Amino acid sequence: MIAPRAAAPPPEQQQQQQATAQAKVSVRELNFFYGTAQALFNISLDISERLVMAFIGPSGCGKSTFLRTLNRMNDTIPGTRATGEVLIDGEDIYAPGLNVVNLRRRVGMVFQKSNPFPKSIFDNVAYGLRINRLTTNKTELQDRVRQALEDAAIWSEVKDRLKASALGLSGGQQQRLCIARALAVRPEVLLMDEPASALDPIATQKIEELIVELKKQYTIVIVTHNMQQAARVSDVTAFFWLGKLIEVNATEKMFTNPNEKLTEDYITGRFG
Amino acid sequence: MERHRHLDYDLDNMRNRVLLLGGKTETALARAMFALVERDTAAAEEVLRDDDQIDQLELEIDRLCIDVLALRQPAARDLRFVVSVAKVTPILERIADHACNIARAAIDLNDEPQLKFFAELPRMAALASAMLRAALDAFTTGNAAEARSVIDGDDEIDALYEHMFQTLIALMSSDPTTTGRGARLLLIAKHLERVGDYVTDICELTVYMAEAAFIKHSN
Repeated sequence: MIAPRAAAPPPEQQQQQQATAQAKVSVRELNFFYGTAQALFNISLDISERLVMAFIGPSGCGKSTFLRTLNRMNDTIPGTRATGEVLIDGEDIYAPGLNVVNLRRRVGMVFQKSNPFPKSIFDNVAYGLRINRLTTNKTELQDRVRQALEDAAIWSEVKDRLKASALGLSGGQQQRLCIARALAVRPEVLLMDEPASALDPIATQKIEELIVELKKQYTIVIVTHNMQQAARVSDVTAFFWLGKLIEVNATEKMFTNPNEKLTEDYITGRFG
Repeated sequence: MERHRHLDYDLDNMRNRVLLLGGKTETALARAMFALVERDTAAAEEVLRDDDQIDQLELEIDRLCIDVLALRQPAARDLRFVVSVAKVTPILERIADHACNIARAAIDLNDEPQLKFFAELPRMAALASAMLRAALDAFTTGNAAEARSVIDGDDEIDALYEHMFQTLIALMSSDPTTTGRGARLLLIAKHLERVGDYVTDICELTVYMAEAAFIKHSN
């Protein structure tokens, strides 16, 4: 095992040095447990507003677990426990009495495998608006569905078949539909867990272009195993290893001259 | 890890090819200066004849760089190495071109009586060659400290060039019959001075490769 260089500043300090945008999400000394097994160790980092942050690291390093702590998605897994703080706009999302449904509206999520409901394209996007009673006005509902589909760069492909089943769309279209569904409720943060790993290069390119476009309005966090993808779409990259945050740095710095030897060994394929 | 082995093989191959190119460039410079100092036209023609090998080697390294970038997608120190190789290779080829120009001037000068022996020229060439050898050592071992120390040697070459320039201008002004030979010698001095500059560029790239620090234009 190769130890990190002692001279490098701690990850949170590294990020503070390069981050210029305001922090939307601040994580402080977060630990996470699956039963007695600790999956995350003392994670502290800031996620800046309207930037894309990528989480990279080997399988099982905790990056997806960490992503799911940001909207308490792990709460659905029995026996899990978190300590520390996750602040969104200064509010601790693990505070007792916090409305988790409202939290997940503010912090949307897109998964590795597209998961459209067996409903029409329109109803998929309208779903969150309806169950959250975000609008009861039919015209407004139509407008917001259209806006979400436009923001997800799929409107021109589905505008003539909104009543058709979402399951008839291609894999790439289904994933963009899921992004539209997440955007319809106007989240502030968008979490993406390997959103393009099951897609072909053309569909992947569309998702990546979409991410770059969406960051004008949203704070985006993406987990990816594809380091070229992290390099292409993200402004800041965080490297996780064995449940620890090893380095967080501006993406161009991370991929040309990372501070930590462990990071360099990982991204140059000399890991292990 | 499969990718690791393939990439390391490619990087080692690139390093070896750069060393070979550097060696051929050193030889070309040394042979061109030998042709000048010893008035050996055959040696000068040999330099010109061998230049094609250097050009082909440059193309081969260019292709290796493009292949590694396209197929291996190197990052961090590997990326810096490949980018540096891609930039060092044409520098070495240009140094070899300067050696050819010195060889051509030597062929012309060898057809005429020797104007005068100028000790500055072999001294400049010896300095440039030593700098080139040290720069290539530093580059292939990624030794930034060594590269930085090589850069300092360029000042002496610049000073010798300046002295040659003043001497030859004065000579040509006082005796116009020396103008043709004087101009050629001045060009040779300029070629050697440029070699010193190119070696400095190699050293700056070595510092970038090793430390990700841009020292070019830092003055």
